[in-house]
Amino acid sequence: MTNDLATTIATVPDGTGSGSPPADADLATMLLIRHFELALLDLFARGELHGTTHTCLGQEHVPVALAPLLGERDYVFSNHRGHGHYIARFGDPAGLLAEIMGREGAVCNGVGGSQHIFRDRYLSTGVQGESLPVAAGVALHLKRHEPGALALTYIGDGTWGEGAVYEALNMAALWRLPLLVVVEHNGIAQSTATDANMAGTIGARAAAFGIAHMRVESISPAEIRTVAGPLVDKVRHGAPLVLEFVTNRLGPHSKGDDTRTDAELRRVRAADWHAVYREAPGFAEADSLAAAQVAQLVDEVSARQPAVWSTA
Amino acid sequence: MNGRPVRVVENLNHALHESMLADSRLYVLGEDIADPYGGAFKATRGLSQANPDRVITTPISENGIVGVAAGLAMAGDAAIVEIMFGDFAGLAFDQLLNFASKSVSMYGRPHPMRLVVRCPSGGSRGYGPTHSQTLLKHFIGIPGLSLFEMSPFHDNRAVLAHMLGLGEPCVFIEDKVLYTRRMAGDGQVDDLFDYGFLGAGDTAPAHVYTEAHGDVDCLIIAPGGMAERALAAMRDLLLRHEISCRLVVPSRLYPVETDALLDAARHAAHVCVVEESTAGGTWGAEVAHVLHERLWGRLRRPVRLVHSADSVIPTAVHLEREILVQADTIVEAVLADLRGEGSPV
Ligand SMILES: Cc1ncc(C[n+]2csc(CCOP(=O)(O)OP(=O)(O)O)c2C)c(N)n1
Ligand SMILES: [Mg+2]
Repeated sequence: MTNDLATTIATVPDGTGSGSPPADADLATMLLIRHFELALLDLFARGELHGTTHTCLGQEHVPVALAPLLGERDYVFSNHRGHGHYIARFGDPAGLLAEIMGREGAVCNGVGGSQHIFRDRYLSTGVQGESLPVAAGVALHLKRHEPGALALTYIGDGTWGEGAVYEALNMAALWRLPLLVVVEHNGIAQSTATDANMAGTIGARAAAFGIAHMRVESISPAEIRTVAGPLVDKVRHGAPLVLEFVTNRLGPHSKGDDTRTDAELRRVRAADWHAVYREAPGFAEADSLAAAQVAQLVDEVSARQPAVWSTA
Repeated sequence: MNGRPVRVVENLNHALHESMLADSRLYVLGEDIADPYGGAFKATRGLSQANPDRVITTPISENGIVGVAAGLAMAGDAAIVEIMFGDFAGLAFDQLLNFASKSVSMYGRPHPMRLVVRCPSGGSRGYGPTHSQTLLKHFIGIPGLSLFEMSPFHDNRAVLAHMLGLGEPCVFIEDKVLYTRRMAGDGQVDDLFDYGFLGAGDTAPAHVYTEAHGDVDCLIIAPGGMAERALAAMRDLLLRHEISCRLVVPSRLYPVETDALLDAARHAAHVCVVEESTAGGTWGAEVAHVLHERLWGRLRRPVRLVHSADSVIPTAVHLEREILVQADTIVEAVLADLRGEGSPV
């Protein structure tokens, strides 16, 4: 029975006194992402950014937890809500901010913007679900030419409405591809709650393909690595995995478009890792440090010349 | 008969075999392409036997398999996808439009994508409305996407190698009727017509003529799948009406082969662009626009578009004939143009 592969492991939320706060380096990255995203919303509010952006406020711990489980040869496919994914992988907020602001030093010369980033083995696209078949193709390449490496793709809960997701899961299972699907299940897609979008569950959908599934509720990077690490290793040997994080979208979908009730927003804010860990020793200092670092970055990047796109 | 040119599908099959032999990083993906079946039109016959690891017969997931192929291309491999019936390329449109073609440039620096999506296309086989279309027009004007069409004049070995070498995704239209025809050979089409190429290079447009140089009454521009019908029309026009025509068959349909077509058009009083697509937003309209911009005032009349009717493609043979462009449709269009009549569309 291939379905024996499927496991659903729930871990308890942290912040109930059981888990310890993130290690310094993890906390520093989580806070860097947090302040980066806050700065973007601020820039938009002041009319200094145009276009759109989707912040990952509330979800910062997910890519931070996964970063050390990945190697340089692994591919990461990101989506519209990808700033945290990028910063956790490269620690390069300047290149990303320059990209978003269309300034010199932009990772993609200002062509891609917030949702279309390509650097080394990291790639994002703005069309929901589109990256899954592509990631499956890359995973096929890796399986043949670089065994041991994997392709990770981040998707949201709402993206499970796209047929491309199932076509890719089917092929990944059939061909035993090293594909890791990380789901950031924040309970909402733009304005639509998951229960109005999705029949059944993500776990059951993965099980239908005989694909392992793990549901993670923890916000502690260390704890997440402990439970997810062994399954990620199996992905490298051709056992695809759906790793579902129960998380919260703290901010608006993009810039000011939040239609959730006050009660819902209160719940989301109380569950936020920033609120949960704020009393921990050293947190306040780390928080102001990250805030200052980002403020300086914004000043520095804003002063740069416009990005130049040479198509030659 | 030994000296006879091979059938087009055999030439295509050889092309696929040779491409895989030449490039150990080339994959071929598609539905039912593995042996012994060898694909719905047998283009991939023997391919999976020769390359068991790199010929992948897939689930019925056009969007998914074009995505997988794009992923392979992204990672530095090359991929050819067979869409069983070109009509189903609609299901893969997002991957072609928003990922594969865009990836060539949208990340701010050029990224090569070696990807060819093969689309068996066209009617006259009674397959009905969803298995007979030529989707050509839907793929025109997408940055980073080139369109080619199979022709009896262009060796598929060279065309395939060229498309894979471009570094940007290509859609390859293959008229299904052409599979069973023979490749042209030795510069001669039949007792009346010879052929050659407008320029060097394996994918230069072919031209078919009674005389290679000098002026003709009408230039016909048509993709490979329409060549046979265009030739039948040219024969009729010459023998029954004493109207001289020259035919140009480009291998690359988009971007339009501007220079070669302009040169050819300068030697004709009338120009017709013939294709099997149904009416509206056609390839011919794009070609006509290119010619009008440069030759307005020199052409005796506007470029005439000849295409199938604005209709679904019916199944019954007599109904299908009425909708699709036939040799007579072309003859009538050329005669009308020479009489100075306006185009019916
Ligand atoms: C194919 C497609 N349809 C619609 C959109 C517009 N859109 C962008 S994000 C989004 C919601 C996605 O929800 P989810 O997958 O839950 O991710 P989240 O935004 O919650 O992180 C929508 C509808 C899109 N980008 N792509
Ligand atoms: Mg969501």
